[in-house]
Amino acid sequence: MTDFERLNVLVLAGGLSHERDVSLRSGRRVADGLSAHGHRVTMHEPDAMLLAAIRELEPDVVWPALHGASGENGALRALLTTAGVPFVGADAEAARLAWLKPVAKTVVSRAGVQTPSSVTLPTETFRELGAVSVLEALGDVLAAPLVVKPAEGGSAQGVTFVDDIADLPRALVNAYTYNDVALIERRVTGIEVAVTVLDTGAGPVALPAVEIVPRNGVYSFEARYNAGETSFYTPARLTDAATEKVAAAAITAHEALGLRHLSRVDLIVDPDGVPWFLEANVLPGLTETSLVPLAIEAAGFDLGAVYAGLAERAIRDAATFVE
Amino acid sequence: MIDNGSLRSAGNNLDPWFSLYAQRTAGLAASEVRALFAVASRPEVVSLAGGMPYVSALPEDLVVGAMDRVMREQGPVALQYGSGQGVPLLREQITDVMALEGISASADDVIVTTGSQHALELFAKLFLDPGDLVLAEGPSYVTALVIFKSYQADVDHVPMDEYGLIPDALREHIANARAVGRRIKFLYTIPSFHNPAGVTLTWERRLEILEICRENGILVLEDNPYGLLYFGQKPPAAMRSVDEEGVVYLGTFSKTLAPGLRVGWALAPHAIREKLILANEAAVLSPSSFTQLVVSQYLGEADWRGQIDTFRGVYRERKETMISALEEHLPELSWTNPNGGFYVWLTLPESLDSKAMLPRAVTELVAYTPGTAFYANGDGAQNIRLSFCYPTPESIRVGVRRLANVINGELDLLNTFAGTGRLRAQRVSAETFPPSDLR
Repeated sequence: MTDFERLNVLVLAGGLSHERDVSLRSGRRVADGLSAHGHRVTMHEPDAMLLAAIRELEPDVVWPALHGASGENGALRALLTTAGVPFVGADAEAARLAWLKPVAKTVVSRAGVQTPSSVTLPTETFRELGAVSVLEALGDVLAAPLVVKPAEGGSAQGVTFVDDIADLPRALVNAYTYNDVALIERRVTGIEVAVTVLDTGAGPVALPAVEIVPRNGVYSFEARYNAGETSFYTPARLTDAATEKVAAAAITAHEALGLRHLSRVDLIVDPDGVPWFLEANVLPGLTETSLVPLAIEAAGFDLGAVYAGLAERAIRDAATFVE
Repeated sequence: MIDNGSLRSAGNNLDPWFSLYAQRTAGLAASEVRALFAVASRPEVVSLAGGMPYVSALPEDLVVGAMDRVMREQGPVALQYGSGQGVPLLREQITDVMALEGISASADDVIVTTGSQHALELFAKLFLDPGDLVLAEGPSYVTALVIFKSYQADVDHVPMDEYGLIPDALREHIANARAVGRRIKFLYTIPSFHNPAGVTLTWERRLEILEICRENGILVLEDNPYGLLYFGQKPPAAMRSVDEEGVVYLGTFSKTLAPGLRVGWALAPHAIREKLILANEAAVLSPSSFTQLVVSQYLGEADWRGQIDTFRGVYRERKETMISALEEHLPELSWTNPNGGFYVWLTLPESLDSKAMLPRAVTELVAYTPGTAFYANGDGAQNIRLSFCYPTPESIRVGVRRLANVINGELDLLNTFAGTGRLRAQRVSAETFPPSDLR
């Protein structure tokens, strides 16, 4: 019988991804929140000892505060499902869809949410067809400003804004240094918002959108993880109509991708109030400077209570699945 | 679209004190490059980044024995505040250590500090005003650059070659700086087994550089953490051995004993020494009595010279392994081949940028320090510092093999895009230095 007042929670943080540092910070915050609510928390790295640790600890639930690679691409989630261990967040299939930005854009676009036009190209394309000719062909259909990003990953790592098309090759090199597939996307200007979607049992709910205003104009890695470098407005300074559209777009994206429990949907709201989908995060950042905690607190919820509620929800979902 | 009429929320930058920080803190920020170093702590990653001494080569009983005797025989003293200048007996013993490098000094002129890093900080605090100029080798020790920047001084990097700092270049840089009215405060130099370049300043050049500095009224800050860790021939005597008034000398037990003890020292002319003591007291009251007494006990009882020989053997083998692996996996590149210390300085093909390449290294599970960390002006993109001190020889071979994959992969990528436009990464002078345990 699960004691929901005192859950045995295994928080995963760290890993070998480029976002290891961010994950460690997120994990500590989640662990602190759960501990403050009386739950027994063990933190663990996703390493060679993890599966043995799961067998030994027999956690009621795993709370993966992992960003990047195995934490978000579905691999670890598939293993946890196979092992019959409840875990917070999207299942493996949904995680895979959301993790691959080009795939997520297609899925969400088909569900009726606008997303900036883009081209997805692996490095092999440039090798096979010749970079000069491929870039010439792209130049016919793509005009600056553009955003070039790795097809996988987060925290703006490997992301470059291209205002001059002559900088596109270097931007591609930056992205390919992280990942073999790059997304070249038309840059939509407007208000940058992040919407946290939370589902602790009564269906997905969009929390107040967080508006992001970086001091230097770009929400870079440095702007994300240095307090003071970005101002956040929660709720975002949008009209009521735009606010409703943003919330609806986020819920649509969350559901279209099959995400569950918690996600963060990043959008740009253009001057006409139309939200454009950029990406969905399977396990969004939960650090001191991250967007989801801001949204949770703006909604009047306690962080630890929400993290515990998600853990409980994961256990109940797993039980339903088994039945 | 913005609801200007009824703003429903106020901006929150998550740091209500953000506008109050001193200007000198401008560089103290998390960065993408620093975050990438986080993976270096995972055992799967071969870290060629950190300059961590291989303390496992230190017999545990030597240190435990020293700690035990300190607590049994001097416990109340070890746990109490102490002198701002340091434990007198340890200062005497430090003069014996410095004698190995040709230095004759009085214990009265020694100030014990919390690692030589703290001596460097105190020295900078004494001498640097905003806008001052420090001369340093190019490249230079990353954390020295961080300190100089924190005192809002500028660093002018003077070139080196295989024999160390180039005297003619030093003359030229002094003249150029003076011509535009810059105030040069001191020359910061690591003459033996340089960090990161691995080269050693010849005796003739040491004398010539001292002469140049004397002529120009420039103080020399000689940082010598690696001088006793030679592999074959001893390095030339310390610069301080021939100039008592014009050189402030920094030493440490971090490399010859253990960095966790945080015991280093400065040897300074009388007037500077007095100010250093006062600055030390202002900063920490007194350096740790406990660790000073442990070091003193160790020096008094253990065969510390023999232990340094052991360290030399360990590091010699690792250096030779690294050079051999570089010859095998990256024969087309060039690197320094140090006769001591911890580091090899690798030069990449011109098109590569060591900082921009770092994410690929994380993917390949190898860590290194980009050359940009060792310049205050954004130079160094074409270089990498490789540390051979900590990983085992087997790990070094694996690490260099992975590094070759990183370099070849990046070259392949750049070749793919050759002729398409600007490929050079943006030159930045932002902090690219690793966390403190990896410097």
